Formats: sequence, structure tokens, C-alpha cells
Amino acid sequence: MIGRTASQGARDERRLGWWLCAPAGLVMLLVTGWPVVYSVLLSLQRYDLRFPDRKAWIGLANYGTVLTSAFWWNAVGVTVLVTVVSVAIELVLGMAIALVMYRTLVARGLVRAAVLIPYGIVTVAAAYGWKYAWTPGTGWLAGFLPAGSAPLTERWPALGIIILAEVWKTTPFMSLLLMAGLALVPEDTLKAAAMDGASAWQRFRLVVLPLMAPTILAALLFRILDAVRIFDDIYVLTNGAQRTSSVSIIAYHNLVSGLNLGIGSTMSVLVFLGVAVVPVVFVKLLGASAPGQDRGR
Amino acid sequence: MGGNARARWALLDLLVLVYALVPVAWIASLSFKEPSTVSAGTFWPTKWTWSNYAGIFRNDDFVRGLVNSIGIGLISTAIAIALGTMAAYAVARLRFPGRNAVLGLSLLISMFPQISLVTPLFEIERRLGLFNTWPGLIVPYVTFALPLTIYTLSTFFREIPWDLEKAATMDGASPFQAFRLVIVPLALPGVVTTAILAFILCWNDFLFSISLTSSNAARTAPATISYFTGSSQFEDPTGSIAAAAVVITIPIVVFVLAFQRRIVSGLTSGAVKG
Repeated sequence: MIGRTASQGARDERRLGWWLCAPAGLVMLLVTGWPVVYSVLLSLQRYDLRFPDRKAWIGLANYGTVLTSAFWWNAVGVTVLVTVVSVAIELVLGMAIALVMYRTLVARGLVRAAVLIPYGIVTVAAAYGWKYAWTPGTGWLAGFLPAGSAPLTERWPALGIIILAEVWKTTPFMSLLLMAGLALVPEDTLKAAAMDGASAWQRFRLVVLPLMAPTILAALLFRILDAVRIFDDIYVLTNGAQRTSSVSIIAYHNLVSGLNLGIGSTMSVLVFLGVAVVPVVFVKLLGASAPGQDRGR
Repeated sequence: MGGNARARWALLDLLVLVYALVPVAWIASLSFKEPSTVSAGTFWPTKWTWSNYAGIFRNDDFVRGLVNSIGIGLISTAIAIALGTMAAYAVARLRFPGRNAVLGLSLLISMFPQISLVTPLFEIERRLGLFNTWPGLIVPYVTFALPLTIYTLSTFFREIPWDLEKAATMDGASPFQAFRLVIVPLALPGVVTTAILAFILCWNDFLFSISLTSSNAARTAPATISYFTGSSQFEDPTGSIAAAAVVITIPIVVFVLAFQRRIVSGLTSGAVKG
């Protein structure tokens, strides 16, 4: 077929685009869309697999049960606390590691390779490492504590260890993202700033940070959305004992130990809604910061 | 002065190395400890032994868990790559309405809290007979690997020279032939990198594996480890768990170090350019 018209070509392209995207799009829509709708339906029912005969539509009663539960709000508090504290530490520590990886004059390849190792470790495997490190008698870190202390059996120390495990494993990812952002800062601008007498800290704060703002925001968004899902570390370290459950842990226990699909689904829906708020806030934040950047440059 | 700066950087390097390697060394050291010496609390073993490794490979549940992890991971990766390559090609190269919807959907799913899927999938899979089967885990794994695949691959695809494809179509190739004969070979390195990232994602999963299985029929290795008990109630499973943790970590660390440069660019491409 010689002499195809341009519009024919455009139509072909459009059809090919749809065909190529259809399988992936359908799988993603089906596997998330159907369960989300299904969990909304389940959340409106009394449905406990231990008492299947008592299944009934009960409107929003499950939401009332969950939203008045102290366990639920405690889990929300733990999730927010762990997310905020660990992402804040990761940002600072990740930036420091990124600067070392990017700027170091010695053994740069070795440092960059080593940082990938925590990223590569299976989360559950690393969590067991931390658990045994803090187990009295067994652990090398527990050895530094006063005799008789068992940090994983007390609430605040346990939360601290959960944050430590989370930070250790995910900071490398943060620093890789930030290092890629550092590479976008032009050397000439830094040199010019140095010539004008700016100190290293001033160059970092006034030149590097503003230029990296989009990268930092993207990295923060990725990590916050990942951190609120925290499950593996808590499951291994405390399994939610001493009021250290995150929302994922408490929903899991309602499902697998409680076999209560109604309550479990209600929690699923609430987590989904809660997490959906984060990117909305971020888009607002990004939207607010973008014009400022334009003025700055 | 130069020597001074080098010394300062060497010190900072050392701090980063300690940060990255000491916790890993601890797990490895734990896995080589004679079970009776575990509670001594020393960092390095006082008595070295391979018995923990020998023990876990005699444990049918763990071996089965490894087989499940490898099988489910490879199948999920293959499916995600097949579907993701097509979609990423379309997103990177073609202009069609709905292109942004595909990207938006991928972004949405990559942010999706997995726990919100676990409860409904538990019930849906029970009814469909998928609970505690390989397909029962492959389905969510493919779904969560797809956004990563589409994003990473479309970034790789954008870097491939457009003109070669145009030249092929000018020579009479159909758009599909241009895709298969010109772009796929050029894109292969990107595809391999993405496949590794997708495999790591599946291999690392714990939540789906522990929620959607009830026996070693489909339970993957990370979940199997959490069920480890000593061979008697008086035997502590610490050494076995540490050995198993090392075993499931080694393949990923080898992958990551072998493909270091590509993996870093794959991981960061979406966030920095996108």
C-alpha cells in the first residue's frame, strides 16, 4: 500500500497505541478496580468467616466500629509517626550520603556499590537482622544497653527500632534519587558562586537545594507513599505488640487472625482514602512551589 | 592540602561503608554461629559452622519456598515485561488519546496501598479457587510490577533514536515490524534492567505472600522464613533464620552489583526526568 494518506497513518498509529496498551491497562484496572469496588461492598456488610450465617448488610456500621476504635487510631498514629520521622531522617541522611557518593575523591565506585546493598536486601531478611541485634543475650547492639533491658518489648524503644530498620533499608534509594538530582546542578554555577565568595554551606543552601527542589519533592512523595504501607518491618520486629501496629498490620490481623472481612475491608477502604490524600496535598504543594521557582531563576 | 581533602573524603567513605555493611555482616555472622553460641552475643562467631545452611536446605518448606519464589517471580516478571514493553512503546512513541490515562493509571497503582487489595483479593481468590496457588500470587505481582515496568521502559525507549524507526517505515516496514525488528533489539538492555527491577519487587514481597497462602504450595521464601521454628521447642531458630535471610538476599545483591550502573539509572529515571 503505497500512498497511504496522513490521516490513515494517524488512525493506524492510534489503533496500534490502543492495542499495545490494552493488555497492561486491562490487567491493572481489573486487578485493582474490581477489588476496590468489592471491598467497598464488603465494608457495608457484617461478614465474619467464623459466623457466615450472620452475614447481613449493615450500612456504615463497620465504619462506626473502626472509627471509634482506640486500636485503629493508635495504628493511624503509629503509621503517621513512623512515616514522618523516618522520611525526615532519610531525607537528611540520604542527602549526606548522596553528597559523599557524588563528590568523594576516593573509592567512589566502592561507596556507590556498597550503598546498593541495603537496597538489595529483602526487607524481611534485614528486619530479622535488626530483631536479633536488639534481642537481649543474642544481639551485639543489645549488649550496649544496660543489663535486663529488652527494647523490643517496650513501646517507644520498639518504635525507634522499627524506624531504624525502615531508615537503614530505604535511605539508599533516597540517596540514589538525590544523587541523580545533584548531577543536574551545573558545575559552572557552583564555581561562579564559589568565586563570588559563597561558602560550601551557602553554595549548598542557595544553589544546590533550589535547583534540586523538584527532585527532592518527587523523592519525598515516593518515600512517603511507600512508608505509609509499612508492614514487613513491624511484622517481624514486634508483630504489632506494645501498640506498635501500623494500619497495614491491624488490617492484616483483622483479616487473617480475625477472619472478619467486613471490618478488614472497612480498614482497606479507609487506608485507601487516607493514602489518596497524600498526592493531592503534594500536587497542591508542587503547584504552589513551581511559580516561586520561576521567579527565583 | 590535597592530601588533607582526600583523607577527609576517605573518612566519610568509611562512615558510609560502615552504615551499609555492618548490619549485613551481622546477619551473615549470625548465620555461621554454632547454635549453642548464639546467645553469647558476640558480633563475630566464636565457633564457625555451616550447619545452619545445611539445615535449611534439608528443610522441605524452605526449599519449596525458594522454588515458589523463583517460579512465581520469573513468571510474574515475564508477564509484566511482555505487557509492559508493549504499553511503554506506545506511551513513548505513539500519539493516541488515552496515552496520559495509561500513565496516570500506572502512577496511581504504584502509589496504591497493597493492604487495601489484600482483604478483597483474599475473598475473591477464595471464591475463584486461586487462594494458595501460584496464579493467586502472580496476579497481584504482575499488577504491581506493571507500573514500574511501564515507567522505566518508556524512559529507556525515549532515548532510542526515533529516526531509525522512521527509516524502517520508509523502507516499507509496518509500524509493528518497526517495533519488532528495530526498536526491540535497541531496547533490550533497558528491558533486561527493568526485568531485574520487576523481579526484585516480586522477590521482596511479603504481605501478599503471607496473606494469600496457607501452606507451602505457593508460599514464597520470605514468608516461609517467618514460619521457621527450631526442630524442637527448645531449639532456637535464630541461626536458621539468619542463614535463610542470607540465602534469599544473595541472588538480589549479585544482580544489583552486576548491573549496578543500569539499575541506578533505571531506579532514578522516573523520578528525575518524569
